[in-house]
Amino acid sequence: MKVWMLVAALVLLSVTSLFIGAENLSITDLFSMTDRQWQVLTISRIPRLVSLLIAGVSMSIAGLIMQQLSRNKFVSPTTAGTDDAAKLGILVALLVFASATTMQKMLIAFAFALAGTYVFMKFLDRIKFKDTIFIPLVGLMFGGIINSITTFFAYKNDMIQNVTSWLQGSTSAIMTGRYELLYISVPLLIFAYLYANKFTIAGMGEEFSVNLGLNHKFVVNVGLIIVALVSVVVILTIGIIPFLGLIIPNIVTLYVGDNLKKSLIHTALLGAVFLLVCDIVGRLIIYPYEIPIGLTVGVIGSIVFLYLLMRRRAYEA
Amino acid sequence: MIEVQEVSKSYAGKPVVEKVSLKIRQGSVTSFIGPNGAGKSTLLAMISRLLQKDSGKVLIDGKDISDWKSTELAKKISILKQSNQINLRLTVRELVSFGRFPYSQGKLKKEDWEKVDEAIAYMDLTDLQHKYLDQLSGGQNQRAFIAMVIAQNTEYILLDEPLNNLDMKHSVQIMKVLRRLAEELGKTVIIVIHDINFASCYSDYIVALKDGKIVKEGPTEAIIDNKVLEHIYDMDIPIELVNGNRIGVYFK
Amino acid sequence: MKLKLTMLAVLALGVIAAFLFLDLPHNWEYALDRRVKKVLAIALTGGAIAYATLIFQTMTNNRILTPNVIGLDSLYMLIQTFVIFFFGAVSLPSTNKMMNFGFTVGIMLLFVAVLYKLIFKREGRNLFFLLLVGLVMGTMFGSMTTFMQVLIDPNDFLVVQGKMFASFNNVNTDLLVLSVIILAVVALYAMRFSKYLDAMSLGKEHAVNLGIPYNFVVMNLLVIVAILIAVSTALVGPITFLGLLVVNVGYQFMKTYRHSILIPSTMLISVIALIGGQLIVERVFTFETTVSVIINFIGGAYFLYLLLRESKS
Repeated sequence: MKVWMLVAALVLLSVTSLFIGAENLSITDLFSMTDRQWQVLTISRIPRLVSLLIAGVSMSIAGLIMQQLSRNKFVSPTTAGTDDAAKLGILVALLVFASATTMQKMLIAFAFALAGTYVFMKFLDRIKFKDTIFIPLVGLMFGGIINSITTFFAYKNDMIQNVTSWLQGSTSAIMTGRYELLYISVPLLIFAYLYANKFTIAGMGEEFSVNLGLNHKFVVNVGLIIVALVSVVVILTIGIIPFLGLIIPNIVTLYVGDNLKKSLIHTALLGAVFLLVCDIVGRLIIYPYEIPIGLTVGVIGSIVFLYLLMRRRAYEA
Repeated sequence: MIEVQEVSKSYAGKPVVEKVSLKIRQGSVTSFIGPNGAGKSTLLAMISRLLQKDSGKVLIDGKDISDWKSTELAKKISILKQSNQINLRLTVRELVSFGRFPYSQGKLKKEDWEKVDEAIAYMDLTDLQHKYLDQLSGGQNQRAFIAMVIAQNTEYILLDEPLNNLDMKHSVQIMKVLRRLAEELGKTVIIVIHDINFASCYSDYIVALKDGKIVKEGPTEAIIDNKVLEHIYDMDIPIELVNGNRIGVYFK
Repeated sequence: MKLKLTMLAVLALGVIAAFLFLDLPHNWEYALDRRVKKVLAIALTGGAIAYATLIFQTMTNNRILTPNVIGLDSLYMLIQTFVIFFFGAVSLPSTNKMMNFGFTVGIMLLFVAVLYKLIFKREGRNLFFLLLVGLVMGTMFGSMTTFMQVLIDPNDFLVVQGKMFASFNNVNTDLLVLSVIILAVVALYAMRFSKYLDAMSLGKEHAVNLGIPYNFVVMNLLVIVAILIAVSTALVGPITFLGLLVVNVGYQFMKTYRHSILIPSTMLISVIALIGGQLIVERVFTFETTVSVIINFIGGAYFLYLLLRESKS
């Protein structure tokens, strides 16, 4: 696959995405739009498209960074407790600091996500038994445990259905005024791009990086901060999108290899393309209703992940 | 007797061991040598049934290993791999007592404990027997695992790089024990070993492997030979006679 | 060792007695009958989960895994949510307990069977691979469950929520009898393998060397674990981290590797934890929360502590 193909697909899908929905709006209306159509486009469709693009790019890149840092292909925000820790943080923010602004809530959630990811990565560092498959297993369990703590508080406060509904990845409610937080990701992604090589070296281990004159701790922390921030921003605006950060970098590796400078662009583009496809599928399947993106990505993502796992076995055995 | 017939194994289409046939002589120490990736450990693992083979047969006392009952086979042949990390916190004595499992199925009788004591004494571990494994040094650990194999009391003892990570003193200690096992107790010992000089000094027979095939096998003197070694390792290894031992001088 | 075991047994009996006889109301016969059933259900699930987790950890040579994570809990929730979503909370499939139980256990075992078929057919049978596949399927089930839960009518959701957490308050007598029979049969079958457990905990290679028919034993133990978890979950609901909690406490308290001691002690600890928890829920929290929420919370926190401690040393 070439970059231009991905770009073409992205443009095509973006345009498609703009003109699908319950409200009638087709590409031929473009030059003769009614006020209402114009409103639909600017208030709902474009914000939705933008947030999908940013979320797709950011989650895939976050996954890639984590995989570089841990040198394990199966680590991602979903399989390292980041998502779940962020969820707990949001709940805490809602319960304890009910009157906090969105920004403050985000900061609290960010602190939790960062702490969760950090604990997991530290644990990986020390763990004696480094079976590639064992790591995501621990990570998913780790997430489950953080979740059980979330449930404890949610149950006591009768908020389970609430928490469930607004953390489910969904793009249908996105409109102007409710997605701008996502823009925080953009500078972070640029930063990640510039730092890419350092992440790779840091992933080789502390001694290796020190030998090459790299401040290991600092680089790892920068990586984790980017991952945690990006995940929190996406969860707060769209919700949890499982497995995205896991499968995209893995697919890219299959056809471009592991050269980070090269795979980074592919990962970003493919992440956006994949998320757009999932969103469009979710919008069409039970048209005019919608299947939330969390479900479509969850199902498609699990299947792809399983395929990757199976493939890996076949390759090794 | 152990007889290997045309055994093969490949990973991802890449052959690691290719149609190897071999007979192991009773009551002797046989070493598998060869460069990295020659398939030594893979072959050993297949002989010991730790690894499934793709094709071929391994016969022990004339019977295919897949036809043996696992418990019976465990009284016949034992294997010790090179890395022996276990997740349990065990004392030396507890570890060695596991060697009696094939006989006792976990319920040790008096004679089982006697065997355990003998094995511990044989490996000179009596003073350490109540220490936990994680309190011991690498050499002591290795001795404890060998004691377990001795307690298992099998006719055939297979060891995969038993000298890995040991210093000179401990290496010599272990090799002497293996030698004694063959001479005093009549065991058949098979080891995978990297150092050709240890192989030369302590084994009766050597099997040289390269690229998954047996290059040459025979009595030690026939293999520790400049021509043969050059063929195996692709380097010139002059042989010197030191105190009656054939030593390959490959350092320069 | 004997002493510690006796202590646990006494403690367990004490908790049971407290649970049965504390504050008995006037028409004590009815109340006692209900309480006995509750205790029985608790002891049954507690014991089954502890036993399943212990042998599961022995098989995987790992203290931080629990069989509940292979997707059975999520599958249970998916089935329950599905039934309520499509048939409603008052329909026959969701109110007839026997039917629901049979249906749920059936699907769960089918799922495990498919999982085995899928994986053990291939070469390189890696246990962790099986677990990860189960876990990923679990996440997928979770996504679907979430989807339905969001759409469900809030009143129906309360019913779903009731099923999210293990509850011992409405245990059906017929189901209880059926579960006792199933678990007894499984336990008897499991006895054949108990002699292998100590040696299995040395790891696969040592186990094979010591003459254990490893693949055969692992397959059988996995089936046993799956049945135990499926039955106990279908009976009272998921308590994901109970096993993790009690088995680790068991190891710490008994300081041994011998399963002949570990099995009874973890089962006792499990019973103590559950009945003690239930007592607290009923008397202290007056049913504001459920025992499984508390156990999961404590189990989860304890697990995090274990992870942190491990990463420090």
